[in-house]
Amino acid sequence: MVLFVLAPAFGLFVERVVMRPVQGLGEAERLVMTIALLSGLIAAARWIWNPNVPRSLPTFFANSAPLHIGSATITWHQAITMMVAVAVAVSLRLLLHRTRAGAEMRATVDDRALAGLTGADPLRANRVAWILGIQLAAVGGILIAPELTLDATQLSLLIVSAYTAAIFGRLRSVPMTFAGAVVVGCMESYLTGYLPDNSLLTGLRLAAPALMLFVALLVFPHGRLHGRNIRLRPVPVPTIRGTAIFAVAIVVFGVVLGTVLSQSDLITYGAIFSLGIVALSFVPLAGYAGQVSLCQLSMAGIGAITWAHLGAHGQLWALAAAIAIPGAVGGLIALPALRLSGIYLALGTAAFAVILDDWIFTLPSFRILGVRISLFDQGSVQAVGPRLFGFQLRTGTELMVASAVALALASVSVAWLRRRRFGRQLIALRDSEAAYAMLGGNLLVARVMVFALAAGIAGLGGALYAMQQQSVTAQQFSFVTGLPLFLIAVVGGLAYVGDGLFTGTLLDGPLNAMVAIAPWSANLAAILPALAGIGLGRNPDGLTPAVRRDWEPVARHRIALAVSGVAVTLLWVLRLMHVINGWVLFGGALAVLLALRGYPALRPAATGEPEIPVEWWGLRRDWRPADEEVLARGIARG
Amino acid sequence: MNALLELRGVHTAYGELSVLHGVDVRVAPGEVVALLGPNGAGKTTTLRVAAGVHPVRSGQLLLGGRDMTGATPRDLARAGVCLIPEGRGVFPNLSVRDNLTMMTFTGHSRKQIEEIAFTRFPILAERASQAAGTLSGGEQQMLALARGLATDPAVLLLDELSMGLAPLIVTRLYEQVAEIARQGVAVLLVEQFAAAALGIADHAAVLVRGRVERQGLPDGVLRAELSALYLGSSS
Repeated sequence: MVLFVLAPAFGLFVERVVMRPVQGLGEAERLVMTIALLSGLIAAARWIWNPNVPRSLPTFFANSAPLHIGSATITWHQAITMMVAVAVAVSLRLLLHRTRAGAEMRATVDDRALAGLTGADPLRANRVAWILGIQLAAVGGILIAPELTLDATQLSLLIVSAYTAAIFGRLRSVPMTFAGAVVVGCMESYLTGYLPDNSLLTGLRLAAPALMLFVALLVFPHGRLHGRNIRLRPVPVPTIRGTAIFAVAIVVFGVVLGTVLSQSDLITYGAIFSLGIVALSFVPLAGYAGQVSLCQLSMAGIGAITWAHLGAHGQLWALAAAIAIPGAVGGLIALPALRLSGIYLALGTAAFAVILDDWIFTLPSFRILGVRISLFDQGSVQAVGPRLFGFQLRTGTELMVASAVALALASVSVAWLRRRRFGRQLIALRDSEAAYAMLGGNLLVARVMVFALAAGIAGLGGALYAMQQQSVTAQQFSFVTGLPLFLIAVVGGLAYVGDGLFTGTLLDGPLNAMVAIAPWSANLAAILPALAGIGLGRNPDGLTPAVRRDWEPVARHRIALAVSGVAVTLLWVLRLMHVINGWVLFGGALAVLLALRGYPALRPAATGEPEIPVEWWGLRRDWRPADEEVLARGIARG
Repeated sequence: MNALLELRGVHTAYGELSVLHGVDVRVAPGEVVALLGPNGAGKTTTLRVAAGVHPVRSGQLLLGGRDMTGATPRDLARAGVCLIPEGRGVFPNLSVRDNLTMMTFTGHSRKQIEEIAFTRFPILAERASQAAGTLSGGEQQMLALARGLATDPAVLLLDELSMGLAPLIVTRLYEQVAEIARQGVAVLLVEQFAAAALGIADHAAVLVRGRVERQGLPDGVLRAELSALYLGSSS
C-alpha cells in the first residue's frame, strides 16, 4: 500500500507542485525547492507525530530464529534488507541501462530540449524518476526504521549517509553507489565499535557520516553539472540615496520596537535584527558570488561562542574577534570548497554544519598548546552586552537598538560592496568561473574572501543574537534550525541588500506573533518557511524587489516621507506615554504606511509614455543608457 | 508542388525583443531550401519555430497542409519533423547506442535504426559503447545526422551542420543530406558556410532582420546579393 500507492502519488505530487514550476530556472532554485521540501517535511512530521512519543517498528520475522552463516549471526530482518538491496540495485541498473525508459531519463538529464526533439517525453521521464526515487526511499525507510529510532529529524539526516554513497557513484553509476553504501555502512559500524572511548571523540561517531560526506565530496572528482540552460538574474546596484533611507528606516524601526516592547518580548523579537544580519551574509555569498552555503547559522554560532567567552565583560575588541574568528573559519571552508560548486557545494557546507552540530559544538572544553578552548560547554553559554564608550549595554532596549544599528551598518557595507570592484568581481565569478579566471581573476582569493566576509557578517549576527538571548545553546545554531533562515532569505531575494531586514522580520516577527496569539499554531509556524520556499517558483526574483518597487515612490516623495515620519513619531510618543497599547501602535503605523504607499501612486508623475516598439528606440524617442542593458538581456535570453 | 512544411507570416519574439516579422517559407517534399543571412537575422529562430521549440506569436505553421501552430516539439517530432540543433545534436553522457535508442520514439525499432546508422557511418559501429561526448566533432555530427537518416522524417531541419568541422567532412555530410532529400524528405537548412549549402540547395531564402528579403534559385545573382548582404554593398 505505502509502496505502490502513497509513494508514487507523493512522487507525482512533488513533481507537479514543487519541481515543475522551477524547471526552467537555475540549479540553485531547484536546490532551494528540495531544501524547502526537506525542512517542510521535517516540520510536518513533527506536527503529525509528536517527537516526544517514542515509537518503534517491529522487524520482519522478529520471532524467527536468526540464521547462522559461519561464525556470523544474521537476523531475518538483516537478511531481507540485504536481499532487497541487491535486488533493487540490479533492477535499477537494468532499468536505466537496458530499457528505453531508462535512456529517456538519462537523456532528459543530459539535454532536456533535445530529448523533446527526439519525440521523447521529458515530463514523463521526470515523473518516473520522482516516483521511483520516492518508492526507493520508502523501501529504505521501511527497512531501516526498525533498527533506528523512529524520529523525523533522525531519519531525515540519513540523507547525509545516503548522499555519501551517491557521491561514491558520482550520482550516476548504480554499482559504484552500491559499493559506496557498503563502505559507508561498514565505516559507521567500525567507528561505533572500535573508536577509543574519549570524551573528545564521542561526538565524532554521530558526525561520522557527515565527515565522510565531506571527504567523499572532496576526494571524488565530479563533473560540473551542466549549467547550459541556467538563466542568471541581474544583481541590481543599490542607489546611495535608497540605501541611506533604508538604513535610517532600520534604525527607526529598531528604536520604535526597542522602546515599546516588554522585556520578554524584546528577547523574542530581538532576533529580528541579529538574525537579519545572519541572513544578510547570504547576500554577498549566494546573491553576488552564487555560492550556496548552508552553514551560515553555524558561523553565527561560532561568533556567539567567541563573544560569550572572549567578551565576558563586554570588551569591544571581542566583537571584532567574533567577526574575525568565524571569518577565518569561513575562509578555511572556502579552501576545500573551491573544488565544489552548485549542489555539491550545498552538500559540502551542509555536511560541515552537521559536523559542527554533532561533534564540535558538543565538545567539552579542551586545551590545545596550553590554550583552553571551550565551546558550548555541553550546555549553554552566557553572553552580556558590549561596553561602548564606557557604557555597558544591558537592557533589551539598548541591545535591540544596537542590533538595528549593526544591521543598518552591515546593509550599507554590503550595498557599498556591490558598487565596488570586489562586488563586480563576485558577480563575474558567479556568471562564469572560467571567464573570470581567463580575465586574470584569482578564483581562490575571491572565493576565500567572500566566504570569510560572509562568515564574518554571520558571526557578528550570532554575537548580537547571543547578547539578546543572554544565553544560547548549540541547538539554536544547528543545521536544521538554519534551513528556514536560508529559505526565507531566498524568498526575500538573495541579490538584494534589503534581504537581511526582510528575512529577520519575517522569520522572527509574524511567526512568533502568531504563536503568541494562538499557541496551537506553533506547528503551522514551523512549516510556513518551507511553504514560502515552495512558493518561490512563482516569484523567482524574491519578494524584496517587489516590496522595494512598491515603496520606492514613497521614499522619493518628500511630503509622503515627512507625513509618515510625523505620524509614526506621534504614535510612538503616545505609546511611550501609555495612551495607547502596543497593538494600536502596530496597527496604526501599518495603516499610516499602507495609506501612504498608495498616495504617491494617486498622482503619477507625467512619465506615462506610449509603448514604443523596441526597434524604434532611439528614433521615435531618445536613446537611454538603460536601453542597452534591456536589449542585451533580451538577446542573452534567446 | 505542394509545400510539405510551410511557415505563413510568422512573428515571434524573445521577451520584448521581436525577432521574426512575418516570415514565409515553403519547402516541398524532396526539396532542399537553404536559409541564409547575416548573424542575428533569425535563421535559427525560424528553425526553432518550425520544430515547435519556440512559440509562434502570430502566423501559422503548416505541416502537409495541416495547421500545427502551437504544437509541442514532441508532437511535431512524432508527426515527422526532425530538427538537428546547432552544435549539439547528441546526448554527450549517453553512449552511442543509447543515443540511437533515443531515436526510437518516432516509431522505429532499434534494430532498423542501428542498421541504417551503422551502414551509413561505419565509424559509429566501432564506437557504439563509447559516450557520445567523447567522439570527435565530425563523429558527433554524424550521430546527430543519423537521426535524420534513420527515423525517416518528413521534414528535416538542419542548423549549422558545418560548425567547427573540417571542409572535407562538411562535404561528406552534405552528400548525405542530398541523399536524404532524394528520398522525398523536405529539407530546410541554415548555414553560414553559404557555398556548401548552395551546392545542394534547390531554393534559397535570404533572411535579414527577421524578414525574407530575397527568395529564389541559388544562382549567381543571389550569390552577389549575398555578399552584399554579408559584407555591405558598395552602392
